[in-house]
Amino acid sequence: MQNNIPLRFDLQVIASWIRAGSRVIGLGCGEGELLAHLKAQKQVRETGIEIVEQRVVRCIEQGLSVIQGDINEEVHDYPDDTFDYVILSQTLQQVYDPLALIESMLRIGKKAIVSFPNFGHWHVRAQVLFTGHAPVTPQLPYSWYGTPNIRILSIKDFREFAGQVGFSILKEVTINTDKQDKSGRIVQVLPNLRATYGIYLISRE
Amino acid sequence: MNEYITHDSTGKSVGKVEKQFFTFAQPPDEMVLDSGARLGPITLAYETYGTLNRDKSNVVLICHALTGDSHAAGYYSDADDKPGWWDNMIGPGKGIDTDKYFVICSNVLGGCMGSTGPSSVNPETGRAWGMDFPFVTIGDMVRAQKALMDHLGIKKILSMTGGSMGGMQVLQWCVQYPEMVRSAIPMATTMRHSALAIAFNEVARQAIIADPNWNNGDYYGGKKPDLGLSVARMIGHITYLSDEAMRRKFGRQLQDRADLSYQFDVDFQVESYLRHQGAKFVERFDANSFLYITKAADYFDLTRFENANSAVRVFSVAAARFMVISFTSDWLYPTYQSREMVQAMKKGGLLDVSFCEVEAQWGHDAFLLPNERLTNLVRGFIDSVYRDAK
Repeated sequence: MQNNIPLRFDLQVIASWIRAGSRVIGLGCGEGELLAHLKAQKQVRETGIEIVEQRVVRCIEQGLSVIQGDINEEVHDYPDDTFDYVILSQTLQQVYDPLALIESMLRIGKKAIVSFPNFGHWHVRAQVLFTGHAPVTPQLPYSWYGTPNIRILSIKDFREFAGQVGFSILKEVTINTDKQDKSGRIVQVLPNLRATYGIYLISRE
Repeated sequence: MNEYITHDSTGKSVGKVEKQFFTFAQPPDEMVLDSGARLGPITLAYETYGTLNRDKSNVVLICHALTGDSHAAGYYSDADDKPGWWDNMIGPGKGIDTDKYFVICSNVLGGCMGSTGPSSVNPETGRAWGMDFPFVTIGDMVRAQKALMDHLGIKKILSMTGGSMGGMQVLQWCVQYPEMVRSAIPMATTMRHSALAIAFNEVARQAIIADPNWNNGDYYGGKKPDLGLSVARMIGHITYLSDEAMRRKFGRQLQDRADLSYQFDVDFQVESYLRHQGAKFVERFDANSFLYITKAADYFDLTRFENANSAVRVFSVAAARFMVISFTSDWLYPTYQSREMVQAMKKGGLLDVSFCEVEAQWGHDAFLLPNERLTNLVRGFIDSVYRDAK
């Protein structure tokens, strides 16, 4: 099933990194827009993990292989190096134990792709500084009491994290997107201040 | 299961269907059963819907549950007041679309709806087999279905599905004849019965055995153990529903009375319902078949297939794409049992595995009821397998 809605900009970046014909798993794959794109355009063998029943149904209806479950649990069952790429798109900031999850991702996959909203963006900083409120932005639209984002990190933090816990960053792309995240551009200068998202290709050292 | 069957609200149906028969394993080439016993000749009753395409690549095999039969869809005659047991899923434009697929459903070996079972005539004695009928297993049922596929010239099954004990046959197929199964949808099922499931089956069997009319299985031509069989069915029905389903359906409503009777007659609606189901069941089902088939379900243990003793190892031989389905309110084969299955598939290196726990309040029987989400899952899955196979 093909839809003609263009892929979200951050997902386009991720898709451009995936080798054709590879084995891919999407953790928290939602309604499967990235996996469906990769299956159609790059002939990958896809798997997804998603916890919400309705989204799982949407994925399977499109012909994707998707397992309903909690990503933190489901990653444990796969043998080492089962996948070429393990994708965690815009979910790291919602994970209770990010280190354990990244370690699992790098165990079951040869490479992992992680993306997250950058809490170091000037918009976020300005809100905290000038209004004194916890930030609410297009990328982080939740009030403090309803946000699923329990891990607040910036692009700088993630780079440091890689060094501290010992995984390699093979690629880094920082992007600035419009309010709906449909379109965007790559940020080269001062990404921690100017990028709304960071996208990383990582591997074991 | 067939108390749910109603005419399809869409009005779509495969229409008039016919029960067919296939007899094989003629002596001296009897089928060797898992127990080591030999059985033959064997007859399977089966039905087909839709048209087999030229390269025979559009076959969907349906496996029925404990008390089901080959009549999965359509009507035998204009006078029929009810269609087959899965008419809401199988038909033109439905989840399993008979405009596209050739659907086959056969009555299990050991059954009593046209296939060889304990109520069939033992050719050696000229009388019904009764307790002389050899024990059959889920593996034997599948072996017999395989003979039917060979007879129909089918080498590859596009997709197969079934709920409950039907799901056990689906799982068995995937490891017994892995090269023949392209995709599989085990529904509301398990790799092996829990102690709880065995316990309910045992109580049901004891109800039959305790009926004096059972007469050690030798009741054909005389009075049948109707009382025992109807109690067995009542027990079954409790396990097929759920606490919530019963609360919604009956609550503590009284049946045709304003007050308690202070008699051991029917007071509550739930009592009336169970008695009605029991009474209806004895008209269509053989008590000995019930004993044999429940035992086969209890003996089933996929994790011990060919003495593997590991579900992971068992699934590592499977080559099918899987979609495992469980239902939230199923307490007979709860979701954790489906998750164990999925876990073993993943550990066994199977990548094309989907799993969905469908929200449903009706308990184990949810797989039989019209459910748009379930229909969409089945349609989406089979259609994509068909697309990829082309």
